[in-house]
Amino acid sequence: MDFLKQNSIFALVAQRLSFGLLTLFIISLLIFIGVEALPGDFAEAILGQSATAETVEAFRQELNLDQPPVQRYFSWLGGFVQGDLGTSLANGRPIADLLGWRFKNTIFLASIAALIAVPLAVIMGIAAALYRNTFFDKVLSMTSLSMISFPEFFMAYILIALFSVKLAWFPSIANINEQMSFAAKLNAVVLPALTLTLVVMAHMMRQTRAAIINILSSPFIEMANLKGLNRLRVVVLHAFPNALSPVINVIALNLAYLVVGVVIVEVVFVYPGLGQLLVDSVSKRDIPVVQASGLIFAATYILLNLIADILSIISNPRLRNPR
Amino acid sequence: MKKLLEIKNIVIEGQTSDQWVPIVKGIDLTLKKGEVLGLIGESGAGKSTLGLASMAYTRPGCRIASGSIVFDGQELFDGSASLLRSIRGARIAYVAQSAAASFNPAHRLINQFAEGPVQHNLMNFSSAEEKAVTIYDQLLLPDPEHIGYRFPHQVSGGQLQRAMVAMAMSCQPDIIVFDEPTTALDVTTQIEVLAAIKDITRKYNTAAIYITHDLAVVAQLADRIMVLRDGQLVEENDAREILAAPKEEYTRELLSVRSFSTKGNKDKSGNKVILDIKDVTASYTGTEEVLSDINLQIRKGQTVALVGESGSGKSTLARVITGLLPQSKGSVLFKNKPLAPKLKPRSREELQRLQMIYQMPDTALNPRHTIRTIIGRPLQFYLKMNGRQREQRILELLEQIELPADYIDRYPAELSGGEKQRICIARALAAEPDLIICDEVTSALDQLVAEGILKLLLNLQQKLQVSYLFITHDLTTVKAIADEIVVMLNGRIIEQGPKKEILKPPHHEYTDLLLSSVPKMDPDWLDGLLEKRILAAAA
Repeated sequence: MDFLKQNSIFALVAQRLSFGLLTLFIISLLIFIGVEALPGDFAEAILGQSATAETVEAFRQELNLDQPPVQRYFSWLGGFVQGDLGTSLANGRPIADLLGWRFKNTIFLASIAALIAVPLAVIMGIAAALYRNTFFDKVLSMTSLSMISFPEFFMAYILIALFSVKLAWFPSIANINEQMSFAAKLNAVVLPALTLTLVVMAHMMRQTRAAIINILSSPFIEMANLKGLNRLRVVVLHAFPNALSPVINVIALNLAYLVVGVVIVEVVFVYPGLGQLLVDSVSKRDIPVVQASGLIFAATYILLNLIADILSIISNPRLRNPR
Repeated sequence: MKKLLEIKNIVIEGQTSDQWVPIVKGIDLTLKKGEVLGLIGESGAGKSTLGLASMAYTRPGCRIASGSIVFDGQELFDGSASLLRSIRGARIAYVAQSAAASFNPAHRLINQFAEGPVQHNLMNFSSAEEKAVTIYDQLLLPDPEHIGYRFPHQVSGGQLQRAMVAMAMSCQPDIIVFDEPTTALDVTTQIEVLAAIKDITRKYNTAAIYITHDLAVVAQLADRIMVLRDGQLVEENDAREILAAPKEEYTRELLSVRSFSTKGNKDKSGNKVILDIKDVTASYTGTEEVLSDINLQIRKGQTVALVGESGSGKSTLARVITGLLPQSKGSVLFKNKPLAPKLKPRSREELQRLQMIYQMPDTALNPRHTIRTIIGRPLQFYLKMNGRQREQRILELLEQIELPADYIDRYPAELSGGEKQRICIARALAAEPDLIICDEVTSALDQLVAEGILKLLLNLQQKLQVSYLFITHDLTTVKAIADEIVVMLNGRIIEQGPKKEILKPPHHEYTDLLLSSVPKMDPDWLDGLLEKRILAAAA
């Protein structure tokens, strides 16, 4: 019992970590099987109808397609673990080089959007809970609902129409490159980041509001009120710390969405991120790149959820301070 | 003396689906400086609502409709939010029933103590810290220098309740409202908290409104008592006078509950043994024993009362008997045949013969099933009755538990707490069991209702010769219904035997502590007892 009490946090964290790895392994299997299940022969499909039997056969050998699937799966996974993602079929470059820069861009855009969206959403959520059922709360709730309801490409085009066509404040194309300065990059991603912010904020804000309101009916909140504390203090210091767990979880889900779900926004703004690469590779039948991007998306998703899990475990004072 | 608080003709309403109905119907209440007023009544009497109204606070869904609340010359009814804030916590403080729920789990005790005085600009944090240590010390909390730096979940229930009294004292208020502060505690811990409350309110000459359903508890503290029923005042008088000569019938009823007891229990020691627990040891983790070497016999038609504090292993023993927690050593024999330790391999017949009634009838009944479904299920499952037989039997059972036949189509939510517990009894009886395990079946009920349930259980026993294993921490109940008493402490049985022998001195030291800790109606009981214990400790 003593051992369990002292190490309960470590035990829980270790358990979550191993679940995460297991999930990742299962996903890699699913991705591989999914690609395997695609109809037709890759070599034939890529070389086209005019290719001779010999060139197709040579190409198959080059891609190791003549080997059994189990062996190919493990050599792919083995390479992946060691950082070797294989080479692109479209241009023959190593996939790691191809993905690295684009992944960095995706993370850059996601971080900017998160830096705006998360604090704003949490503060608005707290404010909505503080002034719940007032005019302010209703306006906030209506606006956020409408934001969720619009498709993100629609939001993107509205922002473009407003800020780059009409007002000409920001560029409508976010085609950044490595030579640009940080400030120039920042200027370029304003509109895509704003679009993403509007899309994810509502969800986080509403969850924060709901979690706090849920806590507000607890006896210890009644106690805080009967101690004569002001409303802001009751909500921020007494309710919010106890509402952290659901808030952290919804933030993590939305951060994951910022990385994984930005495909449409990247395409609209011609942003050189991972999502656009994925779309291009699918249309070019560049299967190794599709597989690698899929796995990277999955890993990001799992990692963020893992961090959320661990943070919400740590946010529980009972686990942080055992008896 | 000057009146500190004067509530006049106050009406408090609660919201039901579409209208406001009165909960407190025009009551007057006055409180002088340093005076302790007891508010007593059953649940639903409006005593908590009235107590909170002294701070001009109502729970969500309630409102103060009319009346006046004058505190220290200021009218609080319709008072501004900032006026109320300046009074709450600083001049009138509140102590809730469950300290575990009313302390914020995210903050250390001392931060929650200091928050009041700091926010009301009475002192800075470091002097509040010093003050906390002084008050923790006065309330006899262990290690007063450091206990404040713990989180609420790191101290025991009795300590937490005292820490809450300390928190209420932090601003040295004029009035403290105590809302059933000892109801959730064991008898032995209850005494410590009662003594602490009595001591500190005297020391600081703090006036108090003490809300409870337990007359004997309030008798120890109150100068004056108000008896409430259905939001109206039944009787108000000096504490000693009300105990000695209650004027109203309802007050007399409340007083007489304590004296209920079975007369002339037949000797059942010759009856057949139906449950035999031999050398049972059990543990949840595999290392730490929760039960050690338990030996216990239950005979046909007999009531065995299992008493002990929370954490003594009473409910764990019930889990072992029912197969929810397989024992690590020993055996449980049912009618001379060993029961499988685990639930799965037990036969339907064995399951049928052992039934349980739980503490909270609210959670033990499926809210979406009608009474017909609830009672009919065991009839169908164990006895394979068809529709008409079932209907017939359900009506018989309803008659046995003294509920009208038209309850058959109702849902649990349409029943009162006592009625729901009766349904639980009927459900257990439907299986025609030999033994019913009653786990704290009356502790969630008002005293008068609980008394009715106990009488019903005894009548049923006489008629049906069913045996009870009665798990409780309430010694009054034990005295009323037990044939045999088993006293548990820290997972061991420390004393067991027929009721007469156990209740007759000399007792085991711990049994003595348990018995002497049950509050008596005598207003001098607490002082006398504490004096005796101090003398005994000195000697």
